[in-house]
Order: sequence, then structure tokens, then C-alpha cells
Amino acid sequence: MGEANYPADLKYHREHDWVRLEGDEAVFGITWFAQDALGEVVYFDAPDVGAAVVADDAYAELESVKAVSDVYAPLSGEVTAVNDAVSTSPGLVNSDPYGEGWLVRVRLSDPSQVDGLMDQAAYTQYLEGLS
Amino acid sequence: MTAATGNPLQHEAVVTIYEKSRPGRRAYVAPPADVPERPLDELLPAALRRERPARLPQVSEPEIVRHFVRLSKRNFDLDSGFYPLGSCTMKHNPKLHERAAALPGHSRLHPLQADEHAQGALELMFNLQHALAEVAGLPHVSLQPSAGSHGELAGVLLTRAYHEARGDQREIVLTPNTAHGTNPATVTMAGYRVVNVGTAPDGGVDLDDLRAKISDRVACLMLTNPSTLGLFDSNIAEISRIVHDAGATLYYDGANLNAVMGICRPGDMGFDIVHFNLHKSFTQPHGGGGPGAGPIAVSDRIAPFLPVPVVAKDGDRFRLDHDRPQSIGRLRGFHGNYGVFVRSYAYICSLGAEGIARTARAAVLNANYLKALLARPGIAEHLPVAYDRHCMHEFVLSGAPMKRDLGIRTLDLAKRLLDHGFHPPTVYFPQLVEESLLVEPTETETRETMEAFADAVAEILAEAKADPSVAREAPYTTPVRRLDEAAAARNPVVRQPMD
Amino acid sequence: MSDYLAVTDDDLAVMLDAIGVASVDDLLQAVPEALRVARPLDLPPGRDEQGVMRHLADLAARNTSCDDEVSFLGAGMYDHYVPALVDAITSRSEFLTPYTPYQPEISQGGLQVMFEYQTAICELTGLAISNASVYEGPSAVAAAAYMAHGHNGRTGYVVSAGLHPHSVATLATSSAGYGGTVTQVPLRDGATHGDDIAAAVGDDTCAVIVQQPNFVGAVEDLAALSERVHAAGAVMIAACDPIALSVLRPPGACGVDIAVGEGQPLGNRLDFGGPSFGFLAASDAFTRRMPGRIAGQTTDVDGRRGFVLTLQTREQHIRREKATSNICTAQALNALAATVYLSWLGQEGFAGLGELLVRRTDYARRTLCAIPGVTALHDQPVVREFAVRLDADVDAVIARCRERFGVNPGVPLRAMLPDHEDGLLVALTERRDRADIDLLAEALADAVAHAKAGA
Repeated sequence: MGEANYPADLKYHREHDWVRLEGDEAVFGITWFAQDALGEVVYFDAPDVGAAVVADDAYAELESVKAVSDVYAPLSGEVTAVNDAVSTSPGLVNSDPYGEGWLVRVRLSDPSQVDGLMDQAAYTQYLEGLS
Repeated sequence: MTAATGNPLQHEAVVTIYEKSRPGRRAYVAPPADVPERPLDELLPAALRRERPARLPQVSEPEIVRHFVRLSKRNFDLDSGFYPLGSCTMKHNPKLHERAAALPGHSRLHPLQADEHAQGALELMFNLQHALAEVAGLPHVSLQPSAGSHGELAGVLLTRAYHEARGDQREIVLTPNTAHGTNPATVTMAGYRVVNVGTAPDGGVDLDDLRAKISDRVACLMLTNPSTLGLFDSNIAEISRIVHDAGATLYYDGANLNAVMGICRPGDMGFDIVHFNLHKSFTQPHGGGGPGAGPIAVSDRIAPFLPVPVVAKDGDRFRLDHDRPQSIGRLRGFHGNYGVFVRSYAYICSLGAEGIARTARAAVLNANYLKALLARPGIAEHLPVAYDRHCMHEFVLSGAPMKRDLGIRTLDLAKRLLDHGFHPPTVYFPQLVEESLLVEPTETETRETMEAFADAVAEILAEAKADPSVAREAPYTTPVRRLDEAAAARNPVVRQPMD
Repeated sequence: MSDYLAVTDDDLAVMLDAIGVASVDDLLQAVPEALRVARPLDLPPGRDEQGVMRHLADLAARNTSCDDEVSFLGAGMYDHYVPALVDAITSRSEFLTPYTPYQPEISQGGLQVMFEYQTAICELTGLAISNASVYEGPSAVAAAAYMAHGHNGRTGYVVSAGLHPHSVATLATSSAGYGGTVTQVPLRDGATHGDDIAAAVGDDTCAVIVQQPNFVGAVEDLAALSERVHAAGAVMIAACDPIALSVLRPPGACGVDIAVGEGQPLGNRLDFGGPSFGFLAASDAFTRRMPGRIAGQTTDVDGRRGFVLTLQTREQHIRREKATSNICTAQALNALAATVYLSWLGQEGFAGLGELLVRRTDYARRTLCAIPGVTALHDQPVVREFAVRLDADVDAVIARCRERFGVNPGVPLRAMLPDHEDGLLVALTERRDRADIDLLAEALADAVAHAKAGA
């Protein structure tokens, strides 16, 4: 799982979710901090493709052996793809949270919501405030 | 490393009874049919029958005995050692109870035997109802619920029936944020919504938070007293007033009754409904996870709704009373876990009124003594008590300083205790306290046992100071070492593969 | 008196000194004086072990057990022979006195038993996943209903009139809080009819619940019923007699989604109705809706095979108000008894036992129905239990059978099904051989004739 890291090219939500913007679509996942707090992920309760997600609302669940965590949508839109690799190998969320451990791809309904998210510097500062 | 290594059982192959199966081996042979042989197809059409037998193991009786005896040796048990599992009241299980429960008049009694042919059983249940009513300070008892969580469901359904009978629709049940998980789970099953009430700095219910959350939409407050922190809430009379003024009921989760039985009574504190865990306060062998029983006692206003049947007495005859028009109905088949009742009744007969109170006092004494033993230098700075007051029958430690300063977690301490021959305390509950340990020695343990336990904790902490990896990789001397729970959950193998 | 305490006067002095108080009362100061019990509890004084044993033996002697008469009582619990090795294993301290296996490293025995138990239940039911036990039969029906509710969010339950009355009542009570409603479908000639089920199910039907064999002993055509249930989009639940599953097509092979049942017949005592256990198994689709403990296989850090409690995120201690059930302590020791018992019966013994019961029950039904004044309640196939009608007062017949012949002929149906005034439910186990059946026939013939003559 390595050391804590928060890539500069991502945007961050206060519930410890990240967003990678790709045109009018975005990829969602959970941050290094979130996967570390959860421990070894054992199950991904994924949304269906086509499902609507609403910013700040839970859209999926991740489970470790002894905990369940809601996963929150940083932005609103419609799910266009789910990472099936995480469904079969949930440990990818721990081993590569920003790469192979991505969760869903979403067509954004209101790209301007991005303005409400944190950048790398703001998020790392936010994390310091939590500890 | 100082760790003792190994256990002969670690070298024994783990083989299931199915893997020991060999075609043609058997223990039991069905008797030959002693009635006229007719083709099976005429008795039971082939379309309704199994195509192949259930693939049960094919093993001889000696092999079965050896298999299960060997498995038994891979268990730790209360009869072998100290088991300070907080909130579970692992007190001694008297052997008398097993002998009494096995008497054919109890164990071979069919539940549909007519009342006049089950007078002994009904008298026993009647007497137990009376004894539990006395302990609870509430006059009406149903023995029906099968375990604590089942008693909780009964209690919340009774609350619902009570409000509905008055035409009062309510939707919220309050639980403290220290509550056992069964409380909120029960609330949902009973169709209510959970709202948490906070905990004050002294470990009691946060009265301001309670006042803020109580309303005429609240059906019930579920509480344990002493709480899951092992502390008696001295504000209970005020809590009761706040709850009752809002028209709600006050529910007593009896998980911690062992601390107060015979000393004070939930009914006198203002509780309307109490569930007992007979497998805790009234000593029941825990069986590796049951059976237990969760009888409930209630006040007059709740009594009309009690589940059926209850045992009634007419003159000198006992009978099962099913005729209770306002009853919520049944929660299970037949009359409850009678075999459990026999044991707990035997216990109450042994103790008597005086013995019950003496037992609670001894439980409190032992817990405070062990708390004092763990407050010594070398332990307390790493594992401080979470609420520094006299506790009741159990107390909470926080492993947060240990984690920070020594680099071992509560889980590691628990695993290292296994190498010292102790069952660890309850870990990571209550969730309110970081890295928590909930320690309940019970009244039946000797001073020497508790001293040895405290010495082991001290030794583990000293060892961790020198080399935290010892605890982090513990245990070493158990039949298996740390198990990969993540792998088990990711790819569940929950039965023997057969094909 | 015995109180099992160990504190001597010397201990007390040392302990109070270490705590830093003068007396135990000082430790109890948090309990307000006004709340203290002012008088001793109204209970008899404690007795010594010998005295308690005598009292419990006196109470036992006032019960008529299955050792005291030739009993044909059933209706959910049955007087099967429990082999000595079940007692020998379940009375071992290592199985009797631990709690739930929270520390798997020192609980491998109990966890492996759970795994072997789950395997046996999957074999009996033909379903993919079993938990490690629930409380008992009727509450297992309620547990299955709650699973189905979690699965499809609906609240209507359609139940066959052949479902045990205790199961119907338990379901109604347990589901009332979350809005459950129970609709009963009558039997036709003793069995549930698919057309009646199809007519009763609607868009709000969560699940249909059928008993196999049903309360009056009839074997239901589960496959045909499942088809109608699934066509309506509801969950199919069957409550099964586990002994009957020795010969019957497994519910999983009949399209049943969740199979439950009373486990007592599997190596457990009668105990006047409990403790026993409930079994609960389901198809794969319900894995994450299962209530209670489930043991799973894994390995330790050195690669050794081992077992743990798994899929725990379903449970109350983690998911709290969103848990699949509130169950915590269940019936592990009773499930152990069942595991040992089924291992003892073995593959051939279990099948042989079932076949023996089918033959003896058929013989008993024919013999009894040949008696004037005794007729079959239905003509459906049966396994080990059947209902008859008596052309005489049922209570008077039972009383005379007991007094004159030492035979308890069965459960009067009236006690449990109000509209069956003249019904008698007769159950067999392998303990009742042909001679017992012939004695029952003799007793019933005499008692019915006597009651008719007196009427």
C-alpha cells in the first residue's frame, strides 16, 4: 500500500474521494487516506451502469473485514462504467487507489460542481486538520 | 525473541469429516423394515424423492469420536482458563446444572405434552417467572425469547403495541452511542428509526442531548445500567423522568444485570421493560455461541401485550395461558428454551436471595480489584482506564497510548494474551473509546487468577517496549496463528466442496 | 447454599486495600440510596447442591416424558433416538463452555464444526449457503421473511395453511413492526394448490412460505409451487423437516430460494420445546442477506488451513441499524449436536432412516384408517406424520389410550388449528416399531369404540 500520496492532477472531496476529469466525464475513487482507514477492502457493492449519482450522496459501499463504508459522489452525473476488476479483486483499492483501484466512470451533469472540490494542497491541509 | 514457539497441534493436518469419508464405512445402520414391504414409488412418487442421497460423511463411530474430540482440543474454554470477555459474563457453569437438565423428566418431555402431564415443568417455569420478576422489580414475565437480541425485539414490539393501543404513532427509538449493535439492529427490525444519544464526560447519558432529542415522536429509550462502559448512571431517575414525561417507554438491556442483581432493580429505576440474558447473569454454558435465553419482565401497563404463552397458576395447578387478547403473539415455537430455564432455575435455587446479591457484590469487587491491578506503573501509562471512577462489574481500558508509544495495537495485545493462556477481553467495543478493551472478570474468579492476568499484561507491555514485533506477530502457541480474514471474506468458502 | 465464589476474608482485605476503599459498599456509591433494594428479594433461601438436585428431580418426576409412555407426539419436535456419542461430545467442556469464536486462533474446533454443519445443511437442502444456526424453527421462518424483505423491499407474505401455526404466529408478530402482512391460503385435500398461491400473490407479495411436509403431514409439490411463486416475482421460502429431507427432493432442487426448519429432530433433546436450533440456507443470490454467524475457510500466516467467522459486515456489531438481522447468540451447541448426529447417521444411514419412516408411517396410516371411526384427513403422500379424523371426542380417546394402554396417540389438532375439532396428528420416529404401532391401533380401536358407545 506504500506511503500516503495524493496526486496533483486530481480533485478531492471531503469524504475522501478523488475525481479525475476527462472531458465531460470523470473517474471516481477513494483516496489513500480512506483506504488506509478502512483496511483491506474485501467487497465492492457497486452501482449499476446507468444509475444517477448525486454530489455528496453515497453511491456505493466498500467493505473491509470489520467495517462498512459508504462511498460518496464528489460530483453529480450518470454512471457510464463500473470497475469490474475491483469487484473481483477488491484489494486493488488498497494497492493502487488512484490507478487500477478506480471505482466508477461518470458522465457529469454539472461540471461546474468541480469548483467546490479541493486540490491537492487543500486536501492535504484538510487531512492535517483531521489528525 | 522471547516468544514460546509452536504447539503440537500446529503439525496436525486439518481434515474435515467429509474428507475422512470412505465409501461403505458407517456408524449407524437403520433397522430392517418390520412392516409389509411395498414399492417405495407407491408410497412416495419418484418426482417428490431425492435422486441421490445427501452426501453425508461415511465414517465409523470410533473415527467420529476421535474427529470431534480432536477438534475440541483446538478450542479454548471457560473450564480451562480465565475468560474476561467484557459484556459476556463468563462466570463458572456449575456441573450440577448439566446433571439436572439431563433428567429424562426434563430432557425427554415433549413440548405438546398436556399441561396436566407437565406440572413439574410448568411449576419450574412459574417459579422462574416469579424469581425474575423479583430481580427485575417488575411483576410480569414472559420466558419466551430465545436470547438477548430476541428479548430486545420482544421489548420493542411491546413498546409498539403499547403506543398503538393508545392510538399513538411514534417513529423513533433512542439508543446511547455506546449501545451494543443488537440495539440499533432490533430497532430497524421493529420498524422504528434509531437516533443516538451522546455520552457525558463521566460516562453516563448526556442529559442535555437526551433532552434535545426526546419528543412525542420518540417511542422508547433503550439503555443498559450499568452501561457498556461498566459504569452505573446515577442520573437514572432523571433519565426516567425525561423519558416518561414525553410518553415514551424505558427499556432495560439486561446484558449487565450481573453487577446489580439483588442490589437495585430496573423496575425501581423506572424501567418499563427488561430483558435478561440467562446465559450471562444466570450462568449458562455458552456452548460456543448459544443456546441462551432472553426472558422479559414488564410493568403493569405493558403486561397485556406480553407474548403468549405465559405460565399461570390456578389453585395448585399450573397451565400455559394462551388466552391473552392484546398479546403481540408468538416470537417462536412452543414455550421458550426450557433446558436453559432448568439450569438458571437451579442456579437461583442454589444462591437464594442472599446469594444473588452477594454474587453481584463479588462481581463488582473483582472488577475493581483487577482494575486496580492494571493501574500499576508499567501498565497504566500504556493502557489507562477510560473512565477513572469505581466501576461496576466491568471496566474499559484504552490502548491508544500503547499504540502510539509502543507501536502495538489492542488487537496485538489480545493475540499475545493467547500465548499466556488467557482469553482476551472484548476488544474494540465499546466503539466510543479508541483501541478499547472491555474487561469483565466475573465473581467466580480467584484473586490469584486476576493477578496472573495482570502480570501477563505487564509482561507483554514490557516485551513490546523492547521489541513490538513479538506482539504484532503473535500468537505463536495456538493451534493456528493469525488467520487471513480478508481472504476468507473476499472469496468465501463456507462449505466443503463436494464435486 | 452454593454460590461458587472464592473470596476469603484475607482476600477481601487485600483487595479492598489495593482498590483503596474500606468496603464493597464504597464501590457501590454510584447507586443512589433511594434505589437500593430495601428488603431481601422474595425468594427461598439458597440450598446446597444435594438439596437443589432433589428439588429438580422432584419436579422432573411430575412430568410424563417420552420414557413414561409410548408417544406419538410430533408437530414440530420428534422423539428420535439420540446416540450416546452426541452426549459425549456436547458435554465436553471445550465445546460446552466457550462463547462465540471471537478469537479464531483458539476457537478452531468450534469454527470447523460450524463449517461442517453448514456443509451438512447445504447437502440436506440443496442450497449454496447456510449460516451456523438461528434460534429455532418458527423464528427461522421469520428470519427468512426478513431476508426476503431486505431483498425486494416488499412486505406481503402469503403462507400456506399447511405452515405450522406457531410459524404463522411468529411471522405475524415479528414482521408487524416493519409493516408485514400475512395472508393464508387454504389446503385442498391436505396440500397447497398452485392455483390458490397464484391467486393470492400480487405486486406487494414479498415471499410465499410453504412447509415441507406440511403441518398435517402431506408432502408438498415444491417444484410446482416454486414455479408459480417465481412467475409472480416473489421469493419462495420452504420450512422443512430435516429428517424428511433424507428422502425428499431437496428444496434447492425444487426452486426454493430460502429453506429453513426446526433442527431438533437432528440429535437434539426434546427439552419441553427448547433449546434446539433453526437451520437457514439460501441460494447464492442471498449470501449478503444472510442473518447470523457464518464460518469460512482460510489460511494462517504460516499457510495452515483454518477457519474464521466471515462475511461479518452483514451483522449487527458492524452494520448496526442496517444489519441483516439483530441475532447475536444463536444455538452453536445444538448445531454441534446435529453435526455429530448427521455424521453418525452417515450417508446410507440417513437415507435408510428416512425410508424406514416412510414404510412404517404408511403401515401406521393404513392400520389406523382401517379402524371403524378413524379416517384419513387427506390422501397425500406422507413421510413420518399424518392426520386422521376421529368419529369420537378426541380428548376422551386420548385419555383412554393413555390410561388403559400407556399410549399417547398424538397431538389433538384442535389445540393448534381451531377448525379441526376431530383431528389427531400422529408422528413416528424410529423409536416406534411395528409392535408400538399395533399397540396404538389396538388402543385407538378400543378408545374410539368406547367413546362412541358412551356418546
